[in-house]
Amino acid sequence: MSEAYLTTHFGEKDSAKLDFYLSHRGYESARRAIGSMTPSEVVQLVKDSGLRGRGGAGFSTGLKWSFMPKPGQDDRPRYIACNADESEPGTFKDRAIMERDPHQLIEGLIIAGWAMQAKAAYIYIRGEYVHPARVLEAALREAYDGGYLGPRVMGTDFAFDVYLHRGAGAYICGEETGLMESLEGKKGQPRKKPPFPANYGLWGMPTTVNNVETFCHVVHVVDRGIDWFRGIGTEKSTGTTLFGVSGHVVRPGYFELPLGTTAREIIFEHAGGIANGRQLKGFIPGGSSTKPLPASAVDVRMDHDSLAAAGSALGTAGLIVMDDTTCMVRASKVIAHFYRDESCGQCTQCREGTAWLDKLIGRIEAGAGRMEDLDLLLDVANSIEGVTICALSDAAAWPVQGVLKHWRDEFARHVKEGKCPFPESFEV
Amino acid sequence: MSLLNEAARKEILECTKRYPEKRAALLPALHVLQRDHGWIPQEGMKEVAELLGLKPAEVLEVVTFYTMFNQKQVGRHHIQVCRNISCALRGARRITRHISGKLGIQTGETTPDGQFTLSEVECLGSCGTAPMLMLNDDYHENLTEPRVDEILDDLS
Repeated sequence: MSEAYLTTHFGEKDSAKLDFYLSHRGYESARRAIGSMTPSEVVQLVKDSGLRGRGGAGFSTGLKWSFMPKPGQDDRPRYIACNADESEPGTFKDRAIMERDPHQLIEGLIIAGWAMQAKAAYIYIRGEYVHPARVLEAALREAYDGGYLGPRVMGTDFAFDVYLHRGAGAYICGEETGLMESLEGKKGQPRKKPPFPANYGLWGMPTTVNNVETFCHVVHVVDRGIDWFRGIGTEKSTGTTLFGVSGHVVRPGYFELPLGTTAREIIFEHAGGIANGRQLKGFIPGGSSTKPLPASAVDVRMDHDSLAAAGSALGTAGLIVMDDTTCMVRASKVIAHFYRDESCGQCTQCREGTAWLDKLIGRIEAGAGRMEDLDLLLDVANSIEGVTICALSDAAAWPVQGVLKHWRDEFARHVKEGKCPFPESFEV
Repeated sequence: MSLLNEAARKEILECTKRYPEKRAALLPALHVLQRDHGWIPQEGMKEVAELLGLKPAEVLEVVTFYTMFNQKQVGRHHIQVCRNISCALRGARRITRHISGKLGIQTGETTPDGQFTLSEVECLGSCGTAPMLMLNDDYHENLTEPRVDEILDDLS
């Protein structure tokens, strides 16, 4: 039996329209939350559901919400920011949600707005998502016209606005404080923490940032309760998620499955296995910043704890699959180049370190590396991890550490042979 | 002559109402400027700065931080091919080479007639439908060389 609930109506005609949404219990959860639950009851419910953020870090959503100051104790305006900056290579799930079921996101925002007594939510959508932004704009207009947003949400005294804000091409704006800087009209350079966003966020006001998919789960938690939600997934990774599968598979795409589904099931059943009759060589489990794992790890369950135990992370649940023609040094080069490009330049370790990773891997891949470069590479990766304002340098370091752990011999072969030993590998 | 016409100014000022501070409308303002002109001319930055009460340098530092803001003119058709890992694994390089050969330009160049600019960009969130390119505002996915030919031939 399918346990999907986020994507149930994705393929259907007019699934992005308000009328369609209303005919499928749309806005019933928001009505119930505002009509019969106190804000703190909603926060407690989300906390008890075990829901963890779907943007990569996997932090408890309810706990994050509970960090916001209580109304009465702090009368500053409170804001919500929805992170729709989806830019982690291998990740394309939020785009699907926004294009196919934008009202589900808006409803999740209304519930979050009620729970945290926020004045407004800003959906920060990456600038390249022009089409999803148009779909969302249309949905927001419908929601305002239908009285689901504005000064009297669904006829109640609760006032709540949702605005769409387009980014302009910068991976770092997916980092929550970089996102806030960008929304304020500045360079998207992350802020030092503390102070944390719940106390000092957008315009210095209490702010909570969650990912698009995270808000959507909340709609269903309110609708069907915590026992139902906790019954899906694993004990510490509850619910489903949209696993995105890309790379060398027969059927790339996203698949909504319970957290804890094995990588084998996702790759070989849902994505149809490895394309062109090739064998699996390795996979990146959760977007390009997570450590790649070899084919022998394919039975790992795709949840936070299991992947941590396997030496990687769930990240954004975007699996990137590589077949046995793939040169892992070259794959690393593509990823290292990306982080070098996207470093905001603020911290020396990241600005310099990401450039060194890219240069060293590039040199090895070109057959011009030295054997001592392998240790140097690991040394640079280890030196930039955990020492900067945000996690971008970690994101650059982890894939390098992972690939050196499992495929160090491939780096050595490049050096020894003075060229790439994988003539059939993808080109760059 | 003003680069921001009256409608554009009105649109930007309307947008400032969404935020407690006017400065937050800077990215939206730059999107308006680029939509109307295809790029961000320096004069336009000054006008945006004036409209939002910012120093020109505050606008410039934002323009140069974000990759989508074109700091020089681009072709009427801006082709941006994703070069990141999911697309690379599925032949993005072949697609770029094909376009490059067809248009007679390298990545980063514009055809002499000003019709086409070819760029390679990082992940555009279309990994499940790789390889892909963005042509002005539109995504084209699951590309093959014949499909690229169709897309380009439709334009000329």
